[in-house]
Amino acid sequence: MVKPIEPSIAILVVWILIYIYSMAGSVDFGASFWAMIYRNHETQAGNMANRFLSPTWEITNTILVLMVVAVVAFFPQAAFMFGTILLVPLSLILILILFRSSFMVFSYSVEGFQRTLKWVSGLTGLLVPVLLISALPITEGGFVTIQGGYETLQMTKWLSSPSVYIYMLFGLTSELFLSSLFLADYARESEERDAYQIYRKQAILFGPLSLLMAALTVPLMEPEAAWLISNLEANRGWFLFSVVLFVIGYSALWWSKTGKPRVAVVFVASQYAVATFAYGKSHLPYMIYPYLKVDDAFTNLDTFYSLLSVLIVGMAILLPGFLIFWRLFLKDRRYLQKKE
Amino acid sequence: MDTVTLSRAFFGTSLAFHIIFATLGIGISFMVFLSEVMHQLKKDNDYAIMAKRWTKSVAILLGVAIPSGTIVAVQLSLLWPGFMKIVGEVISVPFQVEIFAFFLEALALSIYVYAADRLPPNMRILSVFLVFLGAIGSAILITSANTWMNTPAGFDMAADGTIYNVDPWKAFFNPSFLQTSYHVSVSALMVGAFAVASVAAYRLLKRDSPPQAKSLHYKALTLSLVVAFFMSLLTALSGHGSGQNLQQHNPEKLAAAEGLFETQRYAPLAIGGYVDPETHKVKYGIEIPYLLSFIAGNRFDTEVKGLYEFPEETWPPFYVHTLFNVMVGIGTLLLLLAGLGLYYRWKKKRHYPKWLLRSFIFSGPLAMLGIEFGWIFSCSGRQPWTIYGYQTTAEAATRAAHVGFLLILFAIVYAVLSVLVTIVMISYFKRHPVMDDIEQFSKSQVVKGG
Repeated sequence: MVKPIEPSIAILVVWILIYIYSMAGSVDFGASFWAMIYRNHETQAGNMANRFLSPTWEITNTILVLMVVAVVAFFPQAAFMFGTILLVPLSLILILILFRSSFMVFSYSVEGFQRTLKWVSGLTGLLVPVLLISALPITEGGFVTIQGGYETLQMTKWLSSPSVYIYMLFGLTSELFLSSLFLADYARESEERDAYQIYRKQAILFGPLSLLMAALTVPLMEPEAAWLISNLEANRGWFLFSVVLFVIGYSALWWSKTGKPRVAVVFVASQYAVATFAYGKSHLPYMIYPYLKVDDAFTNLDTFYSLLSVLIVGMAILLPGFLIFWRLFLKDRRYLQKKE
Repeated sequence: MDTVTLSRAFFGTSLAFHIIFATLGIGISFMVFLSEVMHQLKKDNDYAIMAKRWTKSVAILLGVAIPSGTIVAVQLSLLWPGFMKIVGEVISVPFQVEIFAFFLEALALSIYVYAADRLPPNMRILSVFLVFLGAIGSAILITSANTWMNTPAGFDMAADGTIYNVDPWKAFFNPSFLQTSYHVSVSALMVGAFAVASVAAYRLLKRDSPPQAKSLHYKALTLSLVVAFFMSLLTALSGHGSGQNLQQHNPEKLAAAEGLFETQRYAPLAIGGYVDPETHKVKYGIEIPYLLSFIAGNRFDTEVKGLYEFPEETWPPFYVHTLFNVMVGIGTLLLLLAGLGLYYRWKKKRHYPKWLLRSFIFSGPLAMLGIEFGWIFSCSGRQPWTIYGYQTTAEAATRAAHVGFLLILFAIVYAVLSVLVTIVMISYFKRHPVMDDIEQFSKSQVVKGG
């Protein structure tokens, strides 16, 4: 019998959504961190990060829900298992997101909240991505045991594993790299030279650090994740390709003297896309090792096709909305150069 | 308490918190849309000022509604993994479509709030209409999933729990979907209108409001009362339709709502009182003969099934009788109140009497309570089932530990946020009194005219 292709399409869609959210989320959470760091800076660096954040965070938050719904819809069995295992960590993330979002809105309305907001959003901007990525090693094996017939997360092991912490560092450095790179480009678009130089410098610092952390995750993996390491090695070519993309993108920060941030953003975004794909490919056939495989978690075919068509039609309808949004907040000079 | 009860309490708390903000977000964004339209029609700046100020509150409310909705969405998987496994197989389409409504709402809201000064009037009206459309779309789509729990359709279940024969669109358009989502939509518009009426009435009663401000609040009150009257009327009528739907699809819910045990024709309607668990009779209630049969099927000889028809372990809890009464009672009271307001406005004289204004102040919170009671009735009345006839709540619930701890933590967070939202609202509108807007608008008018 020919192996059905639908589960592979579904997991590909999930990877794409995870990739989009990790990019958008990194820039979003990172921007609020930089807004906190540069809150009293003499340049426009802090204000600029805020100007980007105000209209965009709700969209980013919506992508998170889209990602969760897609996993539940395409892989109901995974929703069952993730829900049971991740009750405590995800609940903590939810509280942080709730506080962050409401403070964003409050500060827009009440002037006195501005200072508190910058701290709340800056610190949650660091914590949320770190907690989110700490779920990744859980899927690689070694953290989940069966107790009373149900999968249970071993909390102490999860909190004390070097593998988890190196993933957290990888998430943190990636977030700061991606957001500073993006904000450098945003500063160029806004013609803010000083802010551009600040974010360019941060990107130059965090680029190699994020790559180093990514490399370190492999030797620090739990012994149960040996299966993953051999798969990662099998996909060596893809990872090499992503490093090449990084080198080109990183070097673009020096092109024509002051750098070409747009080129850097495009190449680095492709670097992460290729790396996400390669990691996802190495993770097959498991969703949660060794309890859950992609094919077993998959929904039925009727639901799959309805979902896929809804996803495509929905995106097509919303595309003009995203384009208008892009032009109003990321291109329009009247918005970009508003002084506060 | 066991994990199932804790999970129910936890999820109920999250939902009760979320629907306050979601419902007001729908209702008030509709009022903003109407006042923008009125502004274009009447060329009266007061309506533009209303739109501006209400938008501010919508932005604050949706700022809490969006993350609290995110919480509810994720908690579904965390607290009800067994339920979501079946949802993923059968009824994931409305969840997926809802995301796009959610996107629409977030995009349009950002554009309306942060780019309003760069948009021509027509585009501004379009963007606020899209905010409303996205908000109400989310509500309708999520109602589809909820009605599917009450009247499941579009799949078959084998004895071992395997799902087959899935038809996602048949599940989407399950038998109670259209009726209930209509009821949910008009009741949300009703709440928004009464919320506006509450604030306007409060401002009109204040002695120190200048006459220009009073005239604006007067227009706001009249506009909101018109909407409130029609929406409460539609809510009542659609509620009647929902009742007939229960008679057809969830007879034990209707029986529990009415405290009816014996199946009978010419069944009486019991108002108030409580169901005595010993004698199986409604105590201290008022019985109106024949009315229940008539409501259930438009004929006095309609047979209404009593609880004795069903095994006792599938009876809903008896307190749903009270929930149902409170919901219907509030709805009726609000309809009368709005009707009385309109009567004074058009038949008697121009000004609303003071006692009426005072009672309008309570209309907004009361309407919100009505919604809360309605939802609790709908979900408690389905017990012991999560998916009626297919999965019990106990089977759906998580087995993970720490649910009680998380419930307390979230309850504290919700309480803190409720206080903060109130402070933010009050302090914003204190710092930006309506007279500032009125003066600003008349100044810009002078500049344009000169």
